[in-house]
Amino acid sequence: MPEPVLQVESLRKEYGPLVAVDGVGFTVPEGGSLAIVGESGSGKTTVARLIVGLERATAGAIRACGRDRSAPARSTRERRLRGSEVQIVFQDPYTSLDPRQTMEDAIDEVLRLHRGWAADKRKQRVRELSDLVGMDERQTRALPRALSGGQRQRVAIARALAAEPRVLILDESVAALDVSIQAQVLNLLADIRDETAISFVLISHDLAVVRQLTEQIVVMWRGRVVERGETADVLDHPQDDYTKLLRSSVPRPGWKPTQRIHVATA
Amino acid sequence: MMRGGGLLELDGVTVSLPVQGEMRPVLQDVSFAIRPGEALGLVGESGSGKSMTARTIDKLLPDGAAVAGRVRFDGRDVMTLAGADLKRFRGEVAMIFQDPRAHTNPVRRIGDFMTEALRTNSGVGMGEASARAVALLKSVGIEDGERRLRQYPHELSGGLLQRVMIATALLTQPRLLLADEPTTALDVTTQAEVLAILDGLRSKLHLAMLFITHNLELAAAICDRTVVMYAGQVVEVRESNKLHEQPLHPYTAALAAARPNIDATAHRLTAIPGRPLSAFEAPPDACAFTARCPHAADVCRARRPALMELDGGLTRCARGSELFGKLKVPLNA
Repeated sequence: MPEPVLQVESLRKEYGPLVAVDGVGFTVPEGGSLAIVGESGSGKTTVARLIVGLERATAGAIRACGRDRSAPARSTRERRLRGSEVQIVFQDPYTSLDPRQTMEDAIDEVLRLHRGWAADKRKQRVRELSDLVGMDERQTRALPRALSGGQRQRVAIARALAAEPRVLILDESVAALDVSIQAQVLNLLADIRDETAISFVLISHDLAVVRQLTEQIVVMWRGRVVERGETADVLDHPQDDYTKLLRSSVPRPGWKPTQRIHVATA
Repeated sequence: MMRGGGLLELDGVTVSLPVQGEMRPVLQDVSFAIRPGEALGLVGESGSGKSMTARTIDKLLPDGAAVAGRVRFDGRDVMTLAGADLKRFRGEVAMIFQDPRAHTNPVRRIGDFMTEALRTNSGVGMGEASARAVALLKSVGIEDGERRLRQYPHELSGGLLQRVMIATALLTQPRLLLADEPTTALDVTTQAEVLAILDGLRSKLHLAMLFITHNLELAAAICDRTVVMYAGQVVEVRESNKLHEQPLHPYTAALAAARPNIDATAHRLTAIPGRPLSAFEAPPDACAFTARCPHAADVCRARRPALMELDGGLTRCARGSELFGKLKVPLNA
């Protein structure tokens, strides 16, 4: 069996007395797609931030593409190398782009830094990536403020893909999009995975999106993994009490919300 | 069209706002009614006009807004209300919003915030107002109300604070609740709890509700009927239990099909091409959905269709009867 493209072992993150992530581990094979689900405070976003190096783990190991990335990068070269292996797209398309940079410039910058290509070749690749995410020439020359939320999110995805990462982390990247746009972006992500050997890590609270985009799932609750398995299997036959609750809380036709009053201690 | 018997009735409501010196429409000919005690869903994507509809009902439109058509609450013309009548109306029609933190003052205690409307509008004393607040907090599952009244918003979780907002809205004993995405910012498990509480209180108090959401499944699950809006227009009004199985408007069907299904994986989702239109972009003499509609024909581009009755609901589709029963998009289409 080939080495997984992403491997996380016994990951732990403490903030003072608070343990945000507690013994989390999983692997993602090349071309695979893993969902991390849980509610706010479950630690799922912290895991993503640890993988891309925005936070430093208290303990545990993270390996991507065969290289350890548990400790901060020691050189610019190392940092760029890591950037070309794992990219992340955040939830809010309004704050994740430079407001003074057009789509064209944003992608060009990534290509220059990561690939070091000549201007002609970069220009061609900018065009290809823009086509891939469905943005026309006029839109690629527009500043983010002239674009809708869905268009900005496509810019963020194209920029992340420009580095040709082996792993793309999607941290609630489609959550803020209108339903009709969300479907376009989800189809786009499926196409990209069909065409390349890219792997996805999808951080999401939306179980329907999770089912659509992933094969494996990890359910987190208060920093720990409480259930894992194949996405379809876990959603159809949840075993853990929290997963069951999560599953039964999803509105659908004929659904009635159930009261589970607990007097909060906050 | 349903006339009479409505607690709230909107009739041909058109609203324009001044944008860079020109008047831009945000609502076009919006008509629907809510019966006493009824839960009505209002569904749409960004720019569809759903929040603007709530603002129009509660007379919270920005300066310079031009309103045509009529909004009637319990027979009264809302647009002409002022002074004491307006205050009384605001007590009868309460609002809850998506982000409770944005609608509380971080340096004011919960108790101060909760009882303000009662004390200033109804002249109820502090002691009495606090006692009522504690009782209502109990009804939304918050047992230690006295302690909560002394706390600040930041000391409460999002779900808890939204329950406080619901209790606050109920303090003036409203007959209609305008709920604008009240659970969108909450985790699904918390959302289920908050909705269960809201549902229980609504039937106990015979409280009508306009439930605004972008989530068609959620509206269908908790509302008796659902209004679907697109580009500032009502495109469908339907009993919620028929919304998914027998949609009347192609947009409703497309919206349902675009959502991934939690019970099955589709190879590809049936996405709607293009992007949602804002009201001011909608063509004056064609159906607003034409450019994205798989069923668009010449008749759709000839004039803007009127809302027409069909199978007990309403649809703004020129081909409505012809397409009836054929709109549901199968999974994996």
